[in-house]
Amino acid sequence: MSDVADRVRKIVVEHLGVEEDKVVENASFIDDLGADSLDTVELVMAFEEEFGIEIPDDAAETIQTFGDAVRFIKEAQ
Amino acid sequence: MFDLTGKTALVTGASGGIGGAIATALHGAGATVGLSGTRTAPLEELAAALGDRAHVLPCNLSDADAVNALPKQAIEAMGGLDILVNNAGITRDNLFMRMSDEDWAQVLDVNLTSTMRLCKGVVRPMMKARWGRIINISSIVGSTGNPGQANYAAAKAGMVGLSKSIAYEVASRGITVNCVAPGFIATAMTDKLNDDQKSGILGQIPAGRMGNADEIAAAVLYLASPEAGYVTGATLHVNGGMAML
Repeated sequence: MSDVADRVRKIVVEHLGVEEDKVVENASFIDDLGADSLDTVELVMAFEEEFGIEIPDDAAETIQTFGDAVRFIKEAQ
Repeated sequence: MFDLTGKTALVTGASGGIGGAIATALHGAGATVGLSGTRTAPLEELAAALGDRAHVLPCNLSDADAVNALPKQAIEAMGGLDILVNNAGITRDNLFMRMSDEDWAQVLDVNLTSTMRLCKGVVRPMMKARWGRIINISSIVGSTGNPGQANYAAAKAGMVGLSKSIAYEVASRGITVNCVAPGFIATAMTDKLNDDQKSGILGQIPAGRMGNADEIAAAVLYLASPEAGYVTGATLHVNGGMAML
Protein backbone atom coordinates (compact mmCIF):
# COMPACT_ATOMS: atom_id res chain seq x y z
CA MET A 1 0.00 0.00 0.00
CA SER A 2 1.50 3.25 -1.10
CA ASP A 3 1.93 6.25 1.10
CA VAL A 4 -0.31 8.35 -1.17
CA ALA A 5 -3.16 5.85 -0.92
CA ASP A 6 -2.90 5.81 2.87
CA ARG A 7 -3.00 9.55 3.11
CA VAL A 8 -5.92 9.82 0.68
CA ARG A 9 -7.81 7.12 2.55
CA LYS A 10 -7.28 8.95 5.84
CA ILE A 11 -8.75 12.14 4.38
CA VAL A 12 -11.74 10.29 2.94
CA VAL A 13 -12.42 8.44 6.20
CA GLU A 14 -12.20 11.62 8.24
CA HIS A 15 -14.24 13.75 5.88
CA LEU A 16 -17.02 11.34 5.00
CA GLY A 17 -17.09 9.44 8.28
CA VAL A 18 -16.96 6.04 6.59
CA GLU A 19 -15.28 2.79 7.65
CA GLU A 20 -11.73 2.42 6.42
CA ASP A 21 -12.40 -0.93 4.73
CA LYS A 22 -15.13 0.65 2.57
CA VAL A 23 -12.56 2.91 0.94
CA VAL A 24 -11.44 0.56 -1.82
CA GLU A 25 -10.03 1.11 -5.31
CA ASN A 26 -13.38 1.33 -7.10
CA ALA A 27 -15.38 2.96 -4.30
CA SER A 28 -17.29 5.91 -5.75
CA PHE A 29 -17.34 8.89 -3.42
CA ILE A 30 -20.95 9.68 -4.26
CA ASP A 31 -22.48 6.26 -4.99
CA ASP A 32 -20.65 4.13 -2.43
CA LEU A 33 -19.36 6.45 0.26
CA GLY A 34 -22.36 8.74 0.66
CA ALA A 35 -20.72 11.97 -0.44
CA ASP A 36 -22.81 14.82 -1.84
CA SER A 37 -21.53 17.09 -4.60
CA LEU A 38 -20.23 19.61 -2.09
CA ASP A 39 -18.34 16.85 -0.25
CA THR A 40 -16.49 16.02 -3.46
CA VAL A 41 -15.42 19.66 -3.79
CA GLU A 42 -14.21 19.62 -0.20
CA LEU A 43 -12.32 16.36 -0.71
CA VAL A 44 -10.49 17.87 -3.66
CA MET A 45 -9.67 20.92 -1.52
CA ALA A 46 -8.32 18.61 1.17
CA PHE A 47 -6.22 16.66 -1.36
CA GLU A 48 -4.78 19.91 -2.70
CA GLU A 49 -3.75 20.94 0.76
CA GLU A 50 -2.37 17.59 1.89
CA PHE A 51 -0.24 17.08 -1.22
CA GLY A 52 0.56 20.69 -2.08
CA ILE A 53 -0.83 20.37 -5.59
CA GLU A 54 -3.43 22.19 -7.64
CA ILE A 55 -6.32 20.24 -9.06
CA PRO A 56 -8.08 22.25 -11.78
CA ASP A 57 -11.89 22.07 -11.91
CA ASP A 58 -12.01 20.03 -15.10
CA ALA A 59 -9.63 17.47 -13.61
CA ALA A 60 -11.54 17.44 -10.34
CA GLU A 61 -14.66 16.33 -12.21
CA THR A 62 -12.87 13.19 -13.38
CA ILE A 63 -12.03 12.14 -9.83
CA GLN A 64 -15.02 9.95 -9.01
CA THR A 65 -13.51 7.10 -7.04
CA PHE A 66 -10.84 6.54 -4.42
CA GLY A 67 -8.65 4.93 -7.11
CA ASP A 68 -9.12 7.97 -9.40
CA ALA A 69 -7.91 10.25 -6.63
CA VAL A 70 -4.81 8.20 -5.85
CA ARG A 71 -3.87 7.91 -9.52
CA PHE A 72 -4.37 11.61 -10.16
CA ILE A 73 -2.32 12.68 -7.17
CA LYS A 74 0.53 10.31 -7.99
CA GLU A 75 0.72 11.73 -11.50
CA ALA A 76 0.47 15.32 -10.30
CA GLN A 77 3.28 14.99 -7.77
CA MET B 1 -26.63 42.61 21.78
CA PHE B 2 -24.77 40.93 18.91
CA ASP B 3 -21.24 39.79 19.70
CA LEU B 4 -18.72 39.36 16.90
CA THR B 5 -15.64 39.14 19.09
CA GLY B 6 -12.96 37.09 17.34
CA LYS B 7 -14.68 37.32 13.95
CA THR B 8 -13.13 38.93 10.90
CA ALA B 9 -15.12 40.92 8.35
CA LEU B 10 -14.32 42.32 4.92
CA VAL B 11 -16.46 45.28 3.82
CA THR B 12 -16.24 46.64 0.28
CA GLY B 13 -17.14 50.23 -0.45
CA ALA B 14 -16.10 51.11 3.09
CA SER B 15 -15.14 54.61 1.96
CA GLY B 16 -18.80 55.41 1.31
CA GLY B 17 -21.54 56.39 3.76
CA ILE B 18 -23.27 53.04 4.08
CA GLY B 19 -20.06 50.98 3.90
CA GLY B 20 -18.43 53.09 6.58
CA ALA B 21 -21.44 52.67 8.85
CA ILE B 22 -21.45 48.90 8.27
CA ALA B 23 -17.74 48.61 9.09
CA THR B 24 -18.22 50.74 12.20
CA ALA B 25 -21.14 48.61 13.40
CA LEU B 26 -19.30 45.30 12.88
CA HIS B 27 -16.21 46.73 14.54
CA GLY B 28 -18.33 48.01 17.43
CA ALA B 29 -19.62 44.45 17.97
CA GLY B 30 -16.04 43.25 18.36
CA ALA B 31 -15.10 42.14 14.84
CA THR B 32 -11.78 42.80 13.17
CA VAL B 33 -12.61 44.65 9.95
CA GLY B 34 -10.96 44.90 6.54
CA LEU B 35 -11.89 48.18 4.89
CA SER B 36 -11.89 47.99 1.12
CA GLY B 37 -12.56 50.67 -1.46
CA THR B 38 -10.95 52.53 -4.31
CA ARG B 39 -10.13 55.73 -2.45
CA THR B 40 -7.40 55.12 0.12
CA ALA B 41 -7.62 58.41 2.04
CA PRO B 42 -11.15 57.93 3.46
CA LEU B 43 -10.31 54.31 4.28
CA GLU B 44 -7.23 55.41 6.24
CA GLU B 45 -9.35 58.01 8.00
CA LEU B 46 -11.96 55.45 8.99
CA ALA B 47 -9.29 52.98 10.14
CA ALA B 48 -7.72 55.69 12.29
CA ALA B 49 -11.11 56.54 13.81
CA LEU B 50 -11.83 52.87 14.58
CA GLY B 51 -8.39 52.26 16.09
CA ASP B 52 -7.37 48.65 16.68
CA ARG B 53 -8.75 45.77 14.63
CA ALA B 54 -9.06 47.81 11.41
CA HIS B 55 -7.13 47.11 8.21
CA VAL B 56 -7.09 49.13 5.01
CA LEU B 57 -7.33 46.96 1.88
CA PRO B 58 -7.68 49.16 -1.21
CA CYS B 59 -9.10 47.45 -4.28
CA ASN B 60 -10.44 48.53 -7.65
CA LEU B 61 -13.50 46.35 -8.15
CA SER B 62 -13.45 46.78 -11.93
CA ASP B 63 -10.05 45.02 -12.00
CA ALA B 64 -10.74 41.27 -11.99
CA ASP B 65 -7.24 40.28 -10.83
CA ALA B 66 -7.37 42.74 -7.95
CA VAL B 67 -10.80 41.44 -6.92
CA ASN B 68 -9.64 37.82 -7.03
CA ALA B 69 -6.65 38.71 -4.85
CA LEU B 70 -8.65 40.62 -2.24
CA PRO B 71 -9.92 37.69 -0.12
CA LYS B 72 -6.37 36.35 0.23
CA GLN B 73 -5.07 39.79 1.21
CA ALA B 74 -7.85 40.09 3.76
CA ILE B 75 -7.05 36.69 5.25
CA GLU B 76 -3.35 37.56 5.45
CA ALA B 77 -4.11 40.88 7.14
CA MET B 78 -6.77 39.65 9.56
CA GLY B 79 -5.91 35.98 10.03
CA GLY B 80 -9.23 34.78 8.66
CA LEU B 81 -12.39 35.81 6.88
CA ASP B 82 -15.69 34.99 8.55
CA ILE B 83 -17.94 37.73 7.23
CA LEU B 84 -18.07 39.27 3.74
CA VAL B 85 -20.15 42.37 3.06
CA ASN B 86 -20.42 43.23 -0.63
CA ASN B 87 -21.48 46.82 -0.34
CA ALA B 88 -19.57 48.63 -3.08
CA GLY B 89 -21.66 49.93 -5.92
CA ILE B 90 -21.64 52.48 -8.70
CA THR B 91 -24.36 54.06 -10.80
CA ARG B 92 -24.29 55.15 -14.44
CA ASP B 93 -27.86 56.36 -14.78
CA ASN B 94 -29.45 57.07 -18.11
CA LEU B 95 -32.72 56.46 -19.89
CA PHE B 96 -32.67 52.91 -21.14
CA MET B 97 -32.89 54.02 -24.78
CA ARG B 98 -29.77 56.09 -24.28
CA MET B 99 -27.87 53.65 -22.11
CA SER B 100 -24.56 52.70 -23.69
CA ASP B 101 -23.09 49.23 -23.63
CA GLU B 102 -20.28 50.68 -21.58
CA ASP B 103 -22.62 52.09 -18.90
CA TRP B 104 -24.30 48.71 -18.74
CA ALA B 105 -21.04 46.74 -18.56
CA GLN B 106 -19.41 48.95 -15.93
CA VAL B 107 -22.36 48.77 -13.56
CA LEU B 108 -22.78 45.02 -14.00
CA ASP B 109 -19.07 44.49 -13.58
CA VAL B 110 -18.57 46.46 -10.39
CA ASN B 111 -21.92 45.75 -8.75
CA LEU B 112 -22.59 42.14 -9.71
CA THR B 113 -19.53 40.41 -11.16
CA SER B 114 -17.20 41.61 -8.42
CA THR B 115 -19.72 40.34 -5.85
CA MET B 116 -19.64 36.93 -7.53
CA ARG B 117 -15.83 36.90 -7.56
CA LEU B 118 -15.55 37.84 -3.90
CA CYS B 119 -18.17 35.27 -2.90
CA LYS B 120 -16.17 32.63 -4.75
CA GLY B 121 -12.99 33.68 -2.99
CA VAL B 122 -14.44 33.48 0.51
CA VAL B 123 -16.57 30.35 0.23
CA ARG B 124 -13.59 28.01 0.38
CA PRO B 125 -12.21 29.24 3.72
CA MET B 126 -15.74 29.51 5.09
CA MET B 127 -16.50 25.91 4.10
CA LYS B 128 -13.40 24.77 5.92
CA ALA B 129 -14.35 26.77 8.98
CA ARG B 130 -17.94 25.48 8.83
CA TRP B 131 -19.06 29.04 9.52
CA GLY B 132 -19.53 32.06 7.34
CA ARG B 133 -21.71 35.04 6.65
CA ILE B 134 -22.08 36.68 3.27
CA ILE B 135 -24.21 39.81 3.14
CA ASN B 136 -24.79 41.42 -0.22
CA ILE B 137 -26.11 44.95 -0.30
CA SER B 138 -28.78 44.99 -2.97
CA SER B 139 -31.34 47.77 -3.40
CA ILE B 140 -35.04 48.41 -3.40
CA VAL B 141 -34.76 49.13 -7.14
CA GLY B 142 -33.71 45.51 -7.72
CA SER B 143 -37.28 44.61 -6.77
CA THR B 144 -39.24 47.63 -7.97
CA GLY B 145 -37.20 48.88 -10.93
CA ASN B 146 -36.46 52.56 -11.37
CA PRO B 147 -36.52 54.80 -14.44
CA GLY B 148 -33.01 55.63 -15.52
CA GLN B 149 -31.49 52.70 -13.69
CA ALA B 150 -31.97 49.66 -15.92
CA ASN B 151 -28.34 48.69 -15.43
CA TYR B 152 -28.28 49.29 -11.67
CA ALA B 153 -31.62 47.57 -11.09
CA ALA B 154 -30.53 44.57 -13.16
CA ALA B 155 -27.30 44.26 -11.18
CA LYS B 156 -29.11 44.58 -7.83
CA ALA B 157 -31.77 42.03 -8.79
CA GLY B 158 -28.96 39.80 -10.02
CA MET B 159 -27.36 39.92 -6.60
CA VAL B 160 -30.52 38.47 -5.07
CA GLY B 161 -30.58 35.50 -7.45
CA LEU B 162 -26.86 34.98 -6.96
CA SER B 163 -27.20 35.07 -3.19
CA LYS B 164 -30.11 32.63 -3.10
CA SER B 165 -28.27 30.13 -5.31
CA ILE B 166 -25.10 30.25 -3.22
CA ALA B 167 -27.23 30.04 -0.08
CA TYR B 168 -28.68 26.73 -1.30
CA GLU B 169 -25.28 25.28 -2.04
CA VAL B 170 -23.50 26.14 1.20
CA ALA B 171 -26.29 26.08 3.80
CA SER B 172 -25.20 22.66 5.07
CA ARG B 173 -21.77 24.07 5.89
CA GLY B 174 -22.93 26.72 8.34
CA ILE B 175 -22.64 29.53 5.81
CA THR B 176 -25.51 31.93 5.31
CA VAL B 177 -25.93 34.23 2.31
CA ASN B 178 -28.40 37.08 2.51
CA CYS B 179 -29.14 40.45 1.00
CA VAL B 180 -30.00 43.76 2.57
CA ALA B 181 -32.01 45.99 0.25
CA PRO B 182 -31.88 49.64 1.28
CA GLY B 183 -34.52 52.10 0.15
CA PHE B 184 -33.58 55.76 -0.02
CA ILE B 185 -30.72 56.36 2.37
CA ALA B 186 -29.16 59.77 2.92
CA THR B 187 -25.65 59.43 1.42
CA ALA B 188 -23.47 61.14 -1.15
CA MET B 189 -25.35 59.14 -3.80
CA THR B 190 -28.75 60.59 -2.79
CA ASP B 191 -27.28 64.09 -2.20
CA LYS B 192 -27.00 64.37 -5.97
CA LEU B 193 -30.81 64.41 -6.26
CA ASN B 194 -32.44 67.84 -6.63
CA ASP B 195 -35.15 69.11 -4.24
CA ASP B 196 -38.00 68.19 -6.57
CA GLN B 197 -36.68 64.66 -6.85
CA LYS B 198 -36.26 64.46 -3.09
CA SER B 199 -39.77 65.66 -2.25
CA GLY B 200 -41.16 63.28 -4.86
CA ILE B 201 -39.36 60.43 -3.19
CA LEU B 202 -40.39 61.40 0.33
CA GLY B 203 -44.04 61.34 -0.77
CA GLN B 204 -43.61 57.65 -1.53
CA ILE B 205 -42.09 56.73 1.82
CA PRO B 206 -44.63 55.93 4.55
CA ALA B 207 -42.02 56.71 7.20
CA GLY B 208 -41.83 60.24 5.73
CA ARG B 209 -38.04 60.45 5.77
CA MET B 210 -34.96 59.01 4.17
CA GLY B 211 -33.20 56.29 6.03
CA ASN B 212 -29.75 56.70 7.49
CA ALA B 213 -26.69 54.56 6.98
CA ASP B 214 -26.76 53.27 10.57
CA GLU B 215 -30.14 51.68 9.90
CA ILE B 216 -28.61 49.65 7.07
CA ALA B 217 -25.62 48.78 9.23
CA ALA B 218 -27.93 47.43 11.95
CA ALA B 219 -29.55 45.06 9.46
CA VAL B 220 -26.12 43.86 8.31
CA LEU B 221 -24.99 43.41 11.90
CA TYR B 222 -27.98 41.18 12.60
CA LEU B 223 -27.38 39.01 9.52
CA ALA B 224 -23.68 38.73 10.42
CA SER B 225 -24.41 37.61 13.96
CA PRO B 226 -24.48 34.04 15.26
CA GLU B 227 -28.13 34.69 16.19
CA ALA B 228 -29.07 34.87 12.48
CA GLY B 229 -27.69 31.39 11.74
CA TYR B 230 -31.06 30.08 10.52
CA VAL B 231 -31.68 33.00 8.16
CA THR B 232 -30.34 32.34 4.67
CA GLY B 233 -31.33 33.24 1.13
CA ALA B 234 -33.36 36.12 2.52
CA THR B 235 -33.55 39.74 1.46
CA LEU B 236 -34.05 42.14 4.34
CA HIS B 237 -35.74 45.28 3.03
CA VAL B 238 -34.90 48.43 4.95
CA ASN B 239 -36.91 51.14 3.26
CA GLY B 240 -39.32 52.90 5.63
CA GLY B 241 -42.22 51.04 4.10
CA MET B 242 -41.56 52.37 0.59
CA ALA B 243 -42.05 48.89 -0.81
CA MET B 244 -43.47 46.20 1.45
CA LEU B 245 -41.97 43.07 -0.05
